[in-house]
Amino acid sequence: MFDPDKLPVEIVQILDENGNGDEKKLAAFSDEWLLRAYREMRRARVIDERLLRMQRQGRIGTYAPFSGQEAAQIGSALALRKDDWIFPSYREVAVCLMHGMPLEQFFHYVQGRLSGKRMPEGLNIFPTQIIIAAQTLHAVGCAWASKLKGESQVSVAYFGDGATSEGDFHEAMNFAAVYNVPVIFFCQNNQYAISVPYRKQTASRTIAQKALAYGMKGVLVDGNDVLAVYETMKQAVEAARRGEGPMLIEALTYRLGPHTTADDPTKYRRPEEVETWRTKDPLHRLRVLLERRGLWTEVQEEALVAQVNDEVTAAYEAAIASKAGSIVDVFDYVYSEAPTLLAEQKEEVMRRKQRSGVR
Amino acid sequence: MIEAINEAMRQEMERDPRVIVLGEDVGENGGVFRATDGLLEQFGDQRVFDTPLAESGIIGTSIGLAINGMRPIAEIQFLGFVYQAMDQLAAQAARIRFRSAGRFACPIVVRSPYGGGVRTPELHSDALEALFTHSPGLKVVMPSNPYDAKGLLISAIRDEDPVLFLEPMKLYRAFRMEVPEEPYTIPLGQARVVKEGEDVTIIAWGPTVPLVANIAAEMQAKGVDAEVIDLRCLQPLDIDTIIASVEKTGRVMIVHEAVKTGGFGAEVAALISERALFSLSAPIVRIAGYDTPYPVPSVEDDWLPNPARIAEGIETLMRY
Repeated sequence: MFDPDKLPVEIVQILDENGNGDEKKLAAFSDEWLLRAYREMRRARVIDERLLRMQRQGRIGTYAPFSGQEAAQIGSALALRKDDWIFPSYREVAVCLMHGMPLEQFFHYVQGRLSGKRMPEGLNIFPTQIIIAAQTLHAVGCAWASKLKGESQVSVAYFGDGATSEGDFHEAMNFAAVYNVPVIFFCQNNQYAISVPYRKQTASRTIAQKALAYGMKGVLVDGNDVLAVYETMKQAVEAARRGEGPMLIEALTYRLGPHTTADDPTKYRRPEEVETWRTKDPLHRLRVLLERRGLWTEVQEEALVAQVNDEVTAAYEAAIASKAGSIVDVFDYVYSEAPTLLAEQKEEVMRRKQRSGVR
Repeated sequence: MIEAINEAMRQEMERDPRVIVLGEDVGENGGVFRATDGLLEQFGDQRVFDTPLAESGIIGTSIGLAINGMRPIAEIQFLGFVYQAMDQLAAQAARIRFRSAGRFACPIVVRSPYGGGVRTPELHSDALEALFTHSPGLKVVMPSNPYDAKGLLISAIRDEDPVLFLEPMKLYRAFRMEVPEEPYTIPLGQARVVKEGEDVTIIAWGPTVPLVANIAAEMQAKGVDAEVIDLRCLQPLDIDTIIASVEKTGRVMIVHEAVKTGGFGAEVAALISERALFSLSAPIVRIAGYDTPYPVPSVEDDWLPNPARIAEGIETLMRY
């Protein structure tokens, strides 16, 4: 008898919400690393808040904010090698930035430009996935190819708690374990799929335990503790690289903002719940530790925020200053070569543009 | 035809180490129709994979394999099962190039048997090509004989876009035909004129091609000179061959197994009316499956396009 109620549930945590932790475990992290992790998380938070405001001002399109999930995203991405593959959903902006996506590139995307769809060459970041859990299978296939070619990259599928209800997630977990491929399933359990809370999504006490059914290791980590996320991800990535196969990581976190800019979370969440999670803010606990060690001051904080704000403004302005594409461009990326009927449609559009004198 | 398909895969796997085969029962068993017979023995278990029973998983992982440098040939055991992989085919594979504005391509081939007249259980016979011709980014190839099957499959494997390669299972072992031993390609998007004629153009693809070719031969004796066109590919479509024929004959019949409403025959008819309406001397006739789910074996012969329905259609056309 396998009784899910008798499974021990442990959560990996190194730094608690007050910035305290086991000194021996903390000693594994250099001051330099802690500062870098904090700076990256703060940069991500500033960018997220700016993007939210810019959407409200009508300067960008629909946006899915990630505030509250910086430790999960930055911590996991910090454990990756530059040539590892990531397969993000639409909320993984911090992961993509950490993995090398230029901020200007993201502005092309949220302004609805075709150029926003093309990641620069050399970045192993797959285009943003809209269909929930579809990218988990792509990550498995990509990892499978790495294994067949004898290459050492790992692939990471990023997704949320809602995705674990989709069939593709289960097929991906199964294929990954059967073929023992170097893939990490990184689930940010932010506890809501738009309005549907975790308890309505699954009867499992944890997402991590779902790994067991596929013959895979699963681990539950405090997703608001960047140290724990990094350490857990590093171990998973190293194991995958050694050929020990896939792993499922559940990073327990909380989406402090709305699902997207088109959502009003007060309809389904009580303010007290949000306030409780604000006390567990991933940035706060690391800042407390840094200040206690004399590594960070309010002056540095203000300088960093100002610097990132300038960076956002510059990236936004560069994006809007660059040439916007036109309807003519959409015909070029459907097939390697446009079939006759498609080519005719493109010609029709070009003729009309010429007639009307539009660019 | 099954041997031609097997040979095409074998030769491409010999030529290109990136080509791999995956699907349900394609390894040890060599496929439920033996299409992949002997491939596991020759190429080993790092080129030929018996997958878990999950259609979305097969297509979804093929996409990941393809973007990271492999050339997967995936098998969906019967086309009726493809509904379980609709998202991965129509919303994922088809759009990889577009979604990445050309950064990534998705060179996969999805082979699948389909077609009626072989007394199968439910959802084994359905001709679902129109679902995919309505999904920009996919190519849809539908051979009707062994020679074309080999040349088109080799082209599909070498193609840079996702190709749905649909194999009429009734024709797997229906007749034998000389097929060159060496590899050869047939460009995707070129129709074949099976029989030239002056009186009526009959357009077909897949399993209805040999059917209409036989009837056209019979009609010749009755004084009707029919031209038969095998489209071979629906996407890309060889519109020039269709229009040239229509301009010559002025009468058109389109014959396909898929249900009539919204079938690809409707698209062909619309293209003809846009481009050659004034060449027509009679309304276009479509002979297709009726607008019901694919029926049970005891009545399928009356449901499918059959000689009686096709002959009646030709008579109607020739009254004009």
